[in-house]
Amino acid sequence: MSKSVIRLPRRAPDPAPPPTSPLPDAPTLSEVFATVATDGAAPGFVLAQVPRGAAPVLWVQDRLSLRETGRPYLAGLAPPPTLLCLTVNRAVDVLWAMEQGLACGDLAGVVGEVWGDPPALDFTATKRLAMRAETHGIPAWMLRRAGTAHLSAARARWRIASLPSTPDAYDAHAPGAARWRAELFRARHRAPGVWTAGLDAEGHGLHFAPQEDAAQAPVRAGATG
Amino acid sequence: MQADETDAVTAPQDVARRQETRARPDLSRRIAWLHLPHFAMERWQRHLHRMGEARPEDLPQALATEGPHGRVIHAVNRAAGQAGVVVGARAADMRALCPTLQLDYADIGGDRVALDRLVLWARRWCPWTAAGAVSAAGAGIVMDTTGSAHLWGDEAGLLREVEGRLSGLGLSAELAIAPTTGAAWALARFGAVRETCAGGDLAARIAPLPVRALRLDPATLTLLRRLGLSTVGDLAAVPRLSLARRFARADLAANPLLRLDQMTGHLAEPVSAPDDPPRFAVQALLSEPVQDPVPHIPDLCAALAQDLAAPGYGARRVILTIYRSDGEVSAVEAATSQPTRDPRHLARLFDGRLDRLDPGFGFDLITLAAPAAEKMTTVQARLDGRPDAGPDLARLVDLLSARFGADRLRRPTLRESHVPERREVWAPAMAGDPRPPEPARTQRPIRLFDPAQEVRVLYAVPEGPPALFVWNRVTHRVVRFAGPERIAPEWWSDRPGTRLRDYYRVEDEAGRRLWLYRDGLIGDGRGDAPRWFVHGVFG
Repeated sequence: MSKSVIRLPRRAPDPAPPPTSPLPDAPTLSEVFATVATDGAAPGFVLAQVPRGAAPVLWVQDRLSLRETGRPYLAGLAPPPTLLCLTVNRAVDVLWAMEQGLACGDLAGVVGEVWGDPPALDFTATKRLAMRAETHGIPAWMLRRAGTAHLSAARARWRIASLPSTPDAYDAHAPGAARWRAELFRARHRAPGVWTAGLDAEGHGLHFAPQEDAAQAPVRAGATG
Repeated sequence: MQADETDAVTAPQDVARRQETRARPDLSRRIAWLHLPHFAMERWQRHLHRMGEARPEDLPQALATEGPHGRVIHAVNRAAGQAGVVVGARAADMRALCPTLQLDYADIGGDRVALDRLVLWARRWCPWTAAGAVSAAGAGIVMDTTGSAHLWGDEAGLLREVEGRLSGLGLSAELAIAPTTGAAWALARFGAVRETCAGGDLAARIAPLPVRALRLDPATLTLLRRLGLSTVGDLAAVPRLSLARRFARADLAANPLLRLDQMTGHLAEPVSAPDDPPRFAVQALLSEPVQDPVPHIPDLCAALAQDLAAPGYGARRVILTIYRSDGEVSAVEAATSQPTRDPRHLARLFDGRLDRLDPGFGFDLITLAAPAAEKMTTVQARLDGRPDAGPDLARLVDLLSARFGADRLRRPTLRESHVPERREVWAPAMAGDPRPPEPARTQRPIRLFDPAQEVRVLYAVPEGPPALFVWNRVTHRVVRFAGPERIAPEWWSDRPGTRLRDYYRVEDEAGRRLWLYRDGLIGDGRGDAPRWFVHGVFG
């Protein structure tokens, strides 16, 4: 009678926790500085985090950003996000439009591009944006070009630069998958650090590797920039 | 051709039985028919004139519609009519007949809308006006002028006034007033110029008219011709019972007896005039001039929203007009992407937009009007009590469009094209939800320059992209590249002589990756040496 007792296997030990991503867990305001203004690394880093889906993402550009760095191009993004693009003249309007967008519950995210160091973009303005983003649960990114990292209330502040891309698997002369040097120089949720970032295998998520073994980062065929 | 018929089709036996005991018809009403025989063509000519492309009158012109066997003539001008072009013929035949014929497409839906507007415009003469059908035979407006004609002296004066006003709009008209709609329809076409027919003369006046004046369909007209009945008088002389038996099951357009009864007034055919569209406007009349209109806006918006709520409408466009005490008038306009009557939302549309108004010595009158309003039904999309998914976004679109302009807030969507800058459509967000985006092809940049930015080549190589070039005052040395990807111009939309492009993905020594293209080939005979451009940036 007691021979047929089913022995349940012992509970397997928990697998090692996955390497923590340096991205913030909850939606908040992140500031992303482009080391070179015309470089595609910073917008690529933001676009890799922008939610894809039916809910639109409000993308606000000031005039100088549009003229100097172009506009987002859907054909290069797979799968393409739903964008709602606004072009304004002044940085103050970028901040106003972002604030309005962060109060709208139907948006999946808000991205603002600001050129230079406008006086309107001070600690108070960023604090307003950060608190709105956290209250409504909408992630927000502020793309800064040709600007300096003054006082800001952004919860995570990144500095993004391009690295030479991985070699292409089929053509030694062709550029391969994009890699970026991602420096988190101020963060509320974790310690600052430097990573080598790139797109993951699906092509629209972020993959982080510590900066030390950046040279040995695995080649990811198929991932595109 | 039939307009505003009552669908009171009476059984033929009843009609025949009534033959002996028919009551005297009520001929006290005065119905005017405005027949616009060349409505489509005159509207088209007026449009051309407004566009500054008016054509000479002796040039044969015609409008055509798409038929089952090619285009069919819908309307002609006088010169084309004299050249032998007839309405209803095939356009190819008429081209052969008159090689100089200018053919354009007819806009039948636009004609219909224009006629509906004209019907409202015609309410200046009497309160009951309705539209007839729009067809190749022209358009028509019916008016019940009973008791209105004395305002213009008499009925002849009224008709002269109507004709003058319509010719001021560039429309030729044939007019008649008669006691019944059928008689007015017939006399406008077949009667004298601006004919008025009194109730006593009706029978005598309609007897000599051809049976075509009865608003019958062509098959019935052919039948009557074969029966030897050519005038209305002939038809009226036929015993009623025979007609009722012969056309027992025919509907109104094929039933000569019912049409005759309508013409003589034995079968009532009242004018059913559509209601005026509701107008929404509120105003604040101030006792003394003020410098700042902002404190009055919430009250005005609340009043307008209350007006809109009663008949169940929502505003699509609102105009705030401010009248200065020295006579200057200025207006601020805002539009919404969905009908709304939320006073707080309406008030927010004017946030920050009144600062630029010059107050002068102050305002003493502020009006808020909703010139475009739509029916708005209250819907509940969810059962869990949370708000629906749509309105918040629509409000954001309204707010941003009102503040920065509708052309600044746009939604990009993909479409089929090889040319990179045509791959996206940038439609204003106010235009509504676009199609879902198509899956993208790979190897396209994430940012696009529009227009592309030219680079200065420092070191060109025979094959592939330049080894060294200057873009934005920065020298780039190409380390790796992939390409070319040749994109030819789209011959169906590009100008002749557009050059093809060879696209390269290049990476410089700092890892920055650009999308370069060469505009044309050396020796393609389409201009000078090819130039190089940066068209996009990869992530």
